[in-house]
Amino acid sequence: MTILVAPESAATPSQPRTQQRNYLTDGYSVRSWLLTTDHKRIAILYLLSITFFFLLGGAAVIVVRLDLMTPQADLVQSETYNKLFTAHGVIMVFFFLIPSIPAVLGNFLVPLMVGARDLAFPRLNLLSWYVYMLGELFTLYALLAGGVDTGWTFYAPYSSTYSNTYVMATAVGIFITGFSSILTGLNFIVTIHKMRAPGLTWFRLPLFIWALYATSIIMVLGTPVLAITLLLVGMERLLGIGIFDPRLGGDPILFQHLFWFYSHPAVYIMILPSMGVVSEIIPCYCRKRPFGYAFIGFSSVAIAVFSFLVWGHHLFVSGQSIYAGMVFSMLSYLVAIPSAVKVFNWTASLHKGSISFDTPMLYALGFVGLFTMGGLTGLFVAALAVDVHVHDTYFIVAHFHYIMVGGAVMGYLGGIHFWWPKMTGRIYPEGWARLSAILIFVGFNLTFFPQYILGYLGMPRRYHVYPPEFQVLNVMSSAGASILGMGYFFPLTYLSWSLYFGKRASPNPWRATGLEWQTSSPPPTENFSETPVVLDEAYDYHRFDSLAATEGGGK
Amino acid sequence: MIGETPTPTVSALAHQFDDLTQQNEADDLGMWLFLSTELMFFGGLFLAYTVYRRQDEATFAAASQELDLFWGTLNTAILLTSSLTVALATHAAESRQRQQLIGLLTATIGLGSLFVSIKFMEYHQKYVHGLMPLGGLPFHWDGPSPAHAALFFDLYFLMTGVHALHMLIGLVILLVLLVKAIRGGLLGDHAAPVRVTGLYWHFVDVVWVFLFPMLYLIGAR
Amino acid sequence: MIDDGFRLLPEQASTLAPHVDLLYYFLLGVALFFTVLITVLIIYFSIKYRRGNTRVDRSSRPGHSTLLEIIWMVVPLIFSMGIFGWGATLYFSEYRPPAGAMEIRTVAKQWMWKFQHPNGHREINTLHIPLGQPIKMIMISEDVIHSLYVPAFRVKRDVLPGSYSSCWFEATRTGDFHLFCAEYCGTNHSRMIGRVIVMEPAEYEDWLGGGSAKETPVAAGQRLFEELRCVTCHRPDGATGRCPPLAGLLGREVKLTGGATIIADENYLRESILRPAAKVVEGFQPLMPSYDGQVDEEQLIQLISYIKSLAKP
Repeated sequence: MTILVAPESAATPSQPRTQQRNYLTDGYSVRSWLLTTDHKRIAILYLLSITFFFLLGGAAVIVVRLDLMTPQADLVQSETYNKLFTAHGVIMVFFFLIPSIPAVLGNFLVPLMVGARDLAFPRLNLLSWYVYMLGELFTLYALLAGGVDTGWTFYAPYSSTYSNTYVMATAVGIFITGFSSILTGLNFIVTIHKMRAPGLTWFRLPLFIWALYATSIIMVLGTPVLAITLLLVGMERLLGIGIFDPRLGGDPILFQHLFWFYSHPAVYIMILPSMGVVSEIIPCYCRKRPFGYAFIGFSSVAIAVFSFLVWGHHLFVSGQSIYAGMVFSMLSYLVAIPSAVKVFNWTASLHKGSISFDTPMLYALGFVGLFTMGGLTGLFVAALAVDVHVHDTYFIVAHFHYIMVGGAVMGYLGGIHFWWPKMTGRIYPEGWARLSAILIFVGFNLTFFPQYILGYLGMPRRYHVYPPEFQVLNVMSSAGASILGMGYFFPLTYLSWSLYFGKRASPNPWRATGLEWQTSSPPPTENFSETPVVLDEAYDYHRFDSLAATEGGGK
Repeated sequence: MIGETPTPTVSALAHQFDDLTQQNEADDLGMWLFLSTELMFFGGLFLAYTVYRRQDEATFAAASQELDLFWGTLNTAILLTSSLTVALATHAAESRQRQQLIGLLTATIGLGSLFVSIKFMEYHQKYVHGLMPLGGLPFHWDGPSPAHAALFFDLYFLMTGVHALHMLIGLVILLVLLVKAIRGGLLGDHAAPVRVTGLYWHFVDVVWVFLFPMLYLIGAR
Repeated sequence: MIDDGFRLLPEQASTLAPHVDLLYYFLLGVALFFTVLITVLIIYFSIKYRRGNTRVDRSSRPGHSTLLEIIWMVVPLIFSMGIFGWGATLYFSEYRPPAGAMEIRTVAKQWMWKFQHPNGHREINTLHIPLGQPIKMIMISEDVIHSLYVPAFRVKRDVLPGSYSSCWFEATRTGDFHLFCAEYCGTNHSRMIGRVIVMEPAEYEDWLGGGSAKETPVAAGQRLFEELRCVTCHRPDGATGRCPPLAGLLGREVKLTGGATIIADENYLRESILRPAAKVVEGFQPLMPSYDGQVDEEQLIQLISYIKSLAKP
């Protein structure tokens, strides 16, 4: 993407101006942050809130992994253990992973990438953060008041009738938070449709935008179904209506259908934005256009559409009709195709590139590897007969952590590093960042690979005590988790450090294409001094580099 | 969407948009997307209804006969009329007819309030007749499957309750619009809030158009 | 005793296990192939096209190739459809018990398993079964959802409150095997475990014979049938005219009022006892009162066993 201003020449004159006036220096009062409608400031608010919740969810699972070092219950009681893994799941899924990339990087980047001054509905955007915080408060209350022990899946009738914990407050919290995700998705779709800069056609859009567009569709259409499901669970607890309780004539399988109708697509809310991030990083560090741009873009939309058709693969052993099982199994294989298309295209993008291994690229390559493994084990669990064996075992736990942590979190961290200079105006220390990227990759595999074996051996998930023969693999997993935990701790430290001591960033430190790099770092409140006009294809690194070369080499 | 348009003293154009056409299109698209969310929200309830009606159609039909067809039909007529008045209000706002706008908004609010009042009166009737199986209230059913009949009434209260909640939210928004209209706002370029609220109001009407036959008309009378 | 040494694959102890494992090996092969392919390509490209390497040819970079895209869409599609067919065929046989399987009635509750053998013998958390005999589990839960899981048999099935579910297996090795609850069911979920003990058929008969004489589920069902006065309308000769005949009912197609038809399975019988008006047989009036609350899950299973035992006259 080339705009009227030549890429690097804009850097030097804008340097002093950057330090004078940008979105961060535009008001220092608490009020200027809490009442801001600037999408970039809202992104920072989200960044702080989800980091807090990431630490909280991580703390819960430290205890879980420690307890699983031995087959007996020696660290906590079973009741506490159940509350801890529920807290881990609820927090990580609803309060960290789902908002992670869309609400932080998406909020920050969508207007910048489409060349707009803000999202279409800035006040709605601020409202979405407040709604998220309100939901957070309810859930925190539930956790502090005594916890919930239903698992993040809230299966009825356990959640609706039998569990004596704070299910109501948690359900209300998730219900409310859902609206924040709906508002974010709605805002993105309208912005992408209506507010693109002149010349920015659909096929010139960055692939990150394609991915977020697909994500937003799921957010807008899927989240309300979770909302109504939780409302029904709440009504069942509060008023004793019998929608899911068989004693009152209800059907607990209906809950599972409704729950997974949202919660399966929700997995794609987590992974699609990461795919978008990787599609930005790989071209930049290969200095070339990604292979098969259109196929990567359309596969995002295909994944979003298929994601609504496969929920029944969570019910293969639940008693749904075996014919329904067969249909859902087949549809689940169809969703594998667009995912495979992406992996092949990313790999092919490396061909004839000029590859450098900066931190974001390490995360992106790690993502491709781990996502491949997570995706391929998806073939196992979509195969009906194998799923009957591994359903609700550690095989599933490993599979979805490979997607949600190996995939989504790697992409999130890669994106945070890639756009850190843009967001903060500072460069992070490269050596530390590479070290922690490698630590996370190694620690992740040590943690979760043994769980595949555990699962096929038959260890059910959510087990507090387990037969002694599973101990060796559990100890391996816990050991890996300590490395993984350390890997996550490093970025937290050096990124905070870089805010004060990091080198100041030029507008375009990675020499990347894309409109967000054409404005100063950090951007001014109104994003661009004048509306950019797009004349070229996305990721035209060839032209970008030759232009820079003729102007005396791009620093 | 509603809140995005500033008060009439400033320009109708918000800073993030280039021109009014873009802003109006964005407002409309935003509301349509919100309605698609709403559709999926009600969809979950419709699914539950379909599942349980299929399980025991006779009991659902018998339970349906306990609903008051007169009030249900009257409410349908009231709601459809309010859709007309809100559509005319949009027209009045866009063609800058302030008095008409105020009158039509008032009419819509009046009709909407009437609908909700009748709904609550029906709820009260059900309570009196012991047909409100909520929160441990007594439930009297002489037919063969009391548990399934209770499910029908659970769904009745849930679906019409969620619908009535949407009506109440709509009424609050309409009241805000009425105040703005009385202060001379919402005319011409500033009409977007009336238009998108109208869209929302129509949607709530359409939901009722489905609820009415599903709940009131399935029993042969 | 349960083999608790370190291993990478669980024991194979049912007729199904080798089939599931074969598919698993195939999938491992597919996964390994693609993982290695992607990893090797990434490493190869990363080294060859690293930024420092200026001698490599980077001219005429292809931007896309429709042919390649089609290849890597169609090849995985063919692979995955094959896997789908394979998995589905196995799944089909997994949940369709062969005729003449021995039925074991199972009631699950927080946090225990209750089993009853065809001769009426009951046991808790331990299940003795004979080698080489197909076993059909008919299961129901008294409270929340549980899931019966025997890893060595590669069999799992959720146990639901309110309706029966079933699965079957045929053991091929004697020994002790784990039995887990796989669906999270509350505080002591991880302690809702038991053992399956597979015995030689003769040994099993000896084991069954031990202890006092028991009432079989069918006999208990018949006793209940009389105690609850079912028999006043549902006469053994089926000749009262007030109700459809019960003899030979199970597994038969039944025409309902309103024109629909339904296969009379255990869940239909259960529903008809608890909510008689829900699915009335064509030509009859909904006269029967509900027995909801008068019979518990175990009694329901006994009543249904008795009705099942009524052969067509």
